[in-house]
Amino acid sequence: LARNLVRKRDFYAGGLMILFGLVMGLKGPSYRLGTLMHMGPGFLPTALGILLIGLGIAIAGTALGVPEGEDEDILPENREWWGWGCILASPIAFMLFGSYGGLIPGTFACVFVAALGDKTATLKSSVILACIISLFGVGLFHYLLQIPMPILEWRGL
Amino acid sequence: VISTALTDLWYGFGVALEPHNIMWCFIGVVVGNMVGVLPGMGPLATISILLPLTFGIHPVGAILMLAGVMYGAQYGGAICSILLNLPCHPPHAVTCLDGFPMTKQGRGGVALGVTVFASFVGASWGITEMIFLAPVLVRVALEFGPAEICSLMLLGLLAGSTLARGSPVKGVAMTVLGLMMGIIGTDLETGAARFTFGMTHLDDGIELIALALGLFGIGEFMNSINQVSTVNAKYANVRLRDMRPTKADMKRSFFPMIRGTLVGSLCSLIPGTGPTIASFVAYATEKKVSKTPEKFGTGMIEGVVCPEASTHSSVQGDFIPTMSLGIPGDAVMALLMIQGIVPGPQLIKEHPDIFWGLVASFWIGNIMLVVLNVPLIGVWVKLLTIPYKYLYSSAMFFVCIGVYAANNDMFQVGETAVIGFLGYVLMRLGFHPAPILLGFVLGPRFEENFRRAMLISRGDIAVFVERPISAVFIALCVLLIGMQIYVRMRGPKKPVTVLEMAE
Repeated sequence: LARNLVRKRDFYAGGLMILFGLVMGLKGPSYRLGTLMHMGPGFLPTALGILLIGLGIAIAGTALGVPEGEDEDILPENREWWGWGCILASPIAFMLFGSYGGLIPGTFACVFVAALGDKTATLKSSVILACIISLFGVGLFHYLLQIPMPILEWRGL
Repeated sequence: VISTALTDLWYGFGVALEPHNIMWCFIGVVVGNMVGVLPGMGPLATISILLPLTFGIHPVGAILMLAGVMYGAQYGGAICSILLNLPCHPPHAVTCLDGFPMTKQGRGGVALGVTVFASFVGASWGITEMIFLAPVLVRVALEFGPAEICSLMLLGLLAGSTLARGSPVKGVAMTVLGLMMGIIGTDLETGAARFTFGMTHLDDGIELIALALGLFGIGEFMNSINQVSTVNAKYANVRLRDMRPTKADMKRSFFPMIRGTLVGSLCSLIPGTGPTIASFVAYATEKKVSKTPEKFGTGMIEGVVCPEASTHSSVQGDFIPTMSLGIPGDAVMALLMIQGIVPGPQLIKEHPDIFWGLVASFWIGNIMLVVLNVPLIGVWVKLLTIPYKYLYSSAMFFVCIGVYAANNDMFQVGETAVIGFLGYVLMRLGFHPAPILLGFVLGPRFEENFRRAMLISRGDIAVFVERPISAVFIALCVLLIGMQIYVRMRGPKKPVTVLEMAE
């Protein structure tokens, strides 16, 4: 039974909810619970945490009812580790290059990294796309909408 | 009542027709429609991504533009589903059933033509409803104390999470998660920093835009990267003159249109039942009423008109509780509350320019949609063929700059990436993230009112069932949960299967 459970998607879904619930439920009381009449800042988080643990158990419980052999893999068929990595790295690149270099380097890095995530993308195509979007981005966000972010500067490390 | 409504509406048209306001509305509709047409971009993603464009605009202009983006995107989604069989947004899933077969028969243009018309009729009815119902609701809402507000929010949250797609338990779990995320940050009453884990950047809480863009931007891109096959636009060559429906078509679609509109407006009155349910119910009703139900799915014009009219009527109707009670019906409405305006019973009195201007601009915007979509259909068809690899990488830039521009804070860009990752994990585990947003928006206000209600009642929890209006809401909540359990117990989950077609 235990081995079957480990392969069910709902088992992990419930587990994740229980985890979140535990964090809230255990940390909540440290903010002072108060009484029902004078609720402290810890009251609602603790209550929600307990509720979420209950829901998590219910979700994990339904995993038992799912018949064997259904598509229960938590990872999709095609595992796009590279693509996922690129998408998640793209905002980080924007943060880094944006805070040290300004709008143009930030935009370029962001689009370039994201574009690399596609299977058919090449270095050249990604650079071209990043250039186009950078130009467009500067025009729209710096000149038209006047977002307070320097276009290009070096702030040092 | 009618004469004051008309005077107010007249005033609203005055506001909406001011040159800069009409310009923002126009930009919103065009851009929303354009982005909404793109495969994989539903109204939620579209509004989140376009939010930064409205920073720095006067509140009236900003809300008009955002509303324009919303119904523009809504309409754009219909084009995508009829021509490509790709429902970018769940309400349009049923439109595909008969819309795409019509396209295959070479009648895609006609389907789009009647859709324009049906959505206009549906929207107009929704707006009319708003004009007359919202002021009445406001009068009721002014009587609400904290206890009533709490139970109403509870009803909205429950309905939003259990009636949506997927498993109701998972929906409720997402709502609770959203409420929790709303708690992060400084407690308003005591000033205690909660769940910030020592990060001062989190003292002001998670930014709504970061949450929305993380869940519906980054999470969605991770889900679709390298999965979206190149769009098959074989049938999608529609020309302007194909769009004019024949007299027979119009005659056939007239009554379905009315029925769809009515279903949509009924659905919008129940909090939490957004356009998705409206369109599914409308399609099911139409099939039942029809003399030839077996032909549905083979390109029946009724099957396109009815759900589309219903969707648009319910979308406009959803503004009624959002604007008058201040409690958004679904995630899209929650996003519209960003612009520093707090909707609620006070809004109509204190900011009549926003409320009536918005009502009037709905009409103007919907007329713009009709006028725009006829000549621009060729452009939209071209847009449909843009490969996904260019779309998502450009959209990533909009996500980053949008989050940054909200507060000029780079930390929030990183926050978005983390939320995006979490959103994708949740999606893989079979959760639908939309209720998170609803819980997040309502969370702080729920806590505030709950505390106040408890303080007034001296810690007596029975106050929620002792006050009559509140008791009604609580009864509805119980009914809702009871219905879900009943449906479960009966075994074959019939109502769920209808909704599962969306997936």
